[in-house]
Amino acid sequence: MGQKITIEPVTRVEGHGKVTIHLDDKGNVKQTRLHIVEFRGFERFVQGRPYWEAPVLVQRLCGICPVSHHLAAAKALDVIVGAGTGDGLTPTGEKMRRLMHYGQVFQSHALHFFHLASPDLLFGIDGDPLIRNVIGVALKHKDLAVQGVMMRKFGQEIIKATAGKKIHGTGAIPGGINKNLSIEERDSFLKGADPMNADKMVEWAQAAVDFFKGYHKANKALIDGFATFPSSHLSLVRKDGAMDLYHGVLRAIDTNGKKILDDVDYQDYLDYIDEEVRPWSYMKFPYLYNIGPEEGWYRVGPLARCNTADFIPSPLAQKELEIFKAYTNGKPNNMSMHMHWARLIETLHSAEMMRELLNDPDLQKDDLVVKGTKVKRGVGLIEAPRGTLFHHYEINDQDQIEMANLIVSTTNNNEPMNRAVNSVAVEYMTGQKEITEGMMNAVEVAIRAYDPCLSCATHALGQMPLEITLYDANNNLIDKKRS
Amino acid sequence: MQKQHQILIYGYGNPGRQDDGLGNHFVEMAREWAAEQGLKNIAFDSNYQLNIEDAAEITGKDIVIFVDASLEDIDDFVLDEITPDAKVEFSMHAVSASYVVHLCKEIYPHCPAAWLLHLKGYEWEFREGLTEKALVNCQKAFEHLKPILLNPQQLLDYPQTH
Repeated sequence: MGQKITIEPVTRVEGHGKVTIHLDDKGNVKQTRLHIVEFRGFERFVQGRPYWEAPVLVQRLCGICPVSHHLAAAKALDVIVGAGTGDGLTPTGEKMRRLMHYGQVFQSHALHFFHLASPDLLFGIDGDPLIRNVIGVALKHKDLAVQGVMMRKFGQEIIKATAGKKIHGTGAIPGGINKNLSIEERDSFLKGADPMNADKMVEWAQAAVDFFKGYHKANKALIDGFATFPSSHLSLVRKDGAMDLYHGVLRAIDTNGKKILDDVDYQDYLDYIDEEVRPWSYMKFPYLYNIGPEEGWYRVGPLARCNTADFIPSPLAQKELEIFKAYTNGKPNNMSMHMHWARLIETLHSAEMMRELLNDPDLQKDDLVVKGTKVKRGVGLIEAPRGTLFHHYEINDQDQIEMANLIVSTTNNNEPMNRAVNSVAVEYMTGQKEITEGMMNAVEVAIRAYDPCLSCATHALGQMPLEITLYDANNNLIDKKRS
Repeated sequence: MQKQHQILIYGYGNPGRQDDGLGNHFVEMAREWAAEQGLKNIAFDSNYQLNIEDAAEITGKDIVIFVDASLEDIDDFVLDEITPDAKVEFSMHAVSASYVVHLCKEIYPHCPAAWLLHLKGYEWEFREGLTEKALVNCQKAFEHLKPILLNPQQLLDYPQTH
């Protein structure tokens, strides 16, 4: 009989994840599993509600990324009200939504890098947990900590200006948007006192990419070798192959870069994507239907997007993408820690896009909503900060939602996160009989690279510390640690 | 003349999850009351959760009272002075009030005195509206806080818990 190590978070309400690592009698890692207890009740909850409520209702799903759910639901309902599949809105409607979305991606990525990832990079995976946090960053690199705070704040203010309010925003409605951006709002972002303006955000985003590249140069073994494994990658891309976080067609590439899905209209996603149920996890495992569950799983998120996109339609981010792609000679990048690099390239792209959109006079126009012939089914996809997010609704003759299906980004990354945990467990835990802080954090770092939103996946509220419990060959508890 | 303290009351939680919206509800009650009283030194804010940018939000204040729903084993409410704490969770994209205060202290020249008002909640499903018991707790806490808001110096002089 082998040993079992369990890493388990404690939550405020039902819904949680844990990591179990099974060792054999010789102390080798036999099996690893990341369990996320996904609660799927939300789809049932929206049944019977009028369809136009969905963009606001879905924000109850997750207080972490409500904007992504708001926009994905609105995009699905655009189809239902006959406003087209992402390209049928008025210029003001589409550009306001894009501004909201880039604000969301910008603040989310900034939070992840400065708040969650940079402490690991600056202090090392084995660093003292008392300083390996953003407070430690603040003490050692105050400028970085302040930049993180102000970049988050800028993105949040963009969201507030476009969604109308911080909580349960109402900006995106079926067929368009319910407000434009006033001249005063625009000027507050373009000409705001330093540092709260778009130019400074672009400058800081560029500096963050440069910071990462410098760190990478000095720490190649860690960044290139940690939790590296081959995989396919999936995302939306624009019709011409450009990175587009708001709208596009589905593209997937295999580990060699071969396109295994291309130019797919996401209204037909059920023809291409299926979800496998495994008895040990409530969270499903999505895969490409024509390849099958064994080989058809894929990564989503920043790394996937930088792999699938041919180019980025903003100059500074494009320059960085060229460097990123050149590092692997144009082949797909399968290094989990390069997710941070890709995330920062997207942060820069989002900053550039926000600045471009803020300078676009279409945002001050009044043609906000499009209506057409109603249909009963609509699918909305968006590239949320953590990856591709699917919303699918069907309505009845009474305009009530009859069916809803959501595949959240964290679910799409279920298999990759499991692979990352396995990769790290083999490296750090083989032959270990005691849980060290560094060992525990290595597992956390591997999961954290994917920036999972456990709130989205589990609908849990509150905090989720990790707990590792270690059992001997007879299943006796011999060690227990909590982060 | 006594200095008029600049106060921020900041409620957080997801009002789409029943009693998790207690903090947001408290803010609306207090906002209405402050307007009636003509108290211009009290500002209000609410959000789904706290995050790092809230360090910038609180730095200009003298006193901050965070308000959150609680699952703790308390009767109705507790008002605690906040002890700064650097602890963060591994992947949750939210931070505690004590973390916000700690971060503010580290990166800004001024950090306000801060308290956390814990309001006991009971139900957390996908539904809007507070439970009756939670509403009672909210009202009790509000009555307790009214005289403090009218004379906040007492909070600074005698940090206390309820």
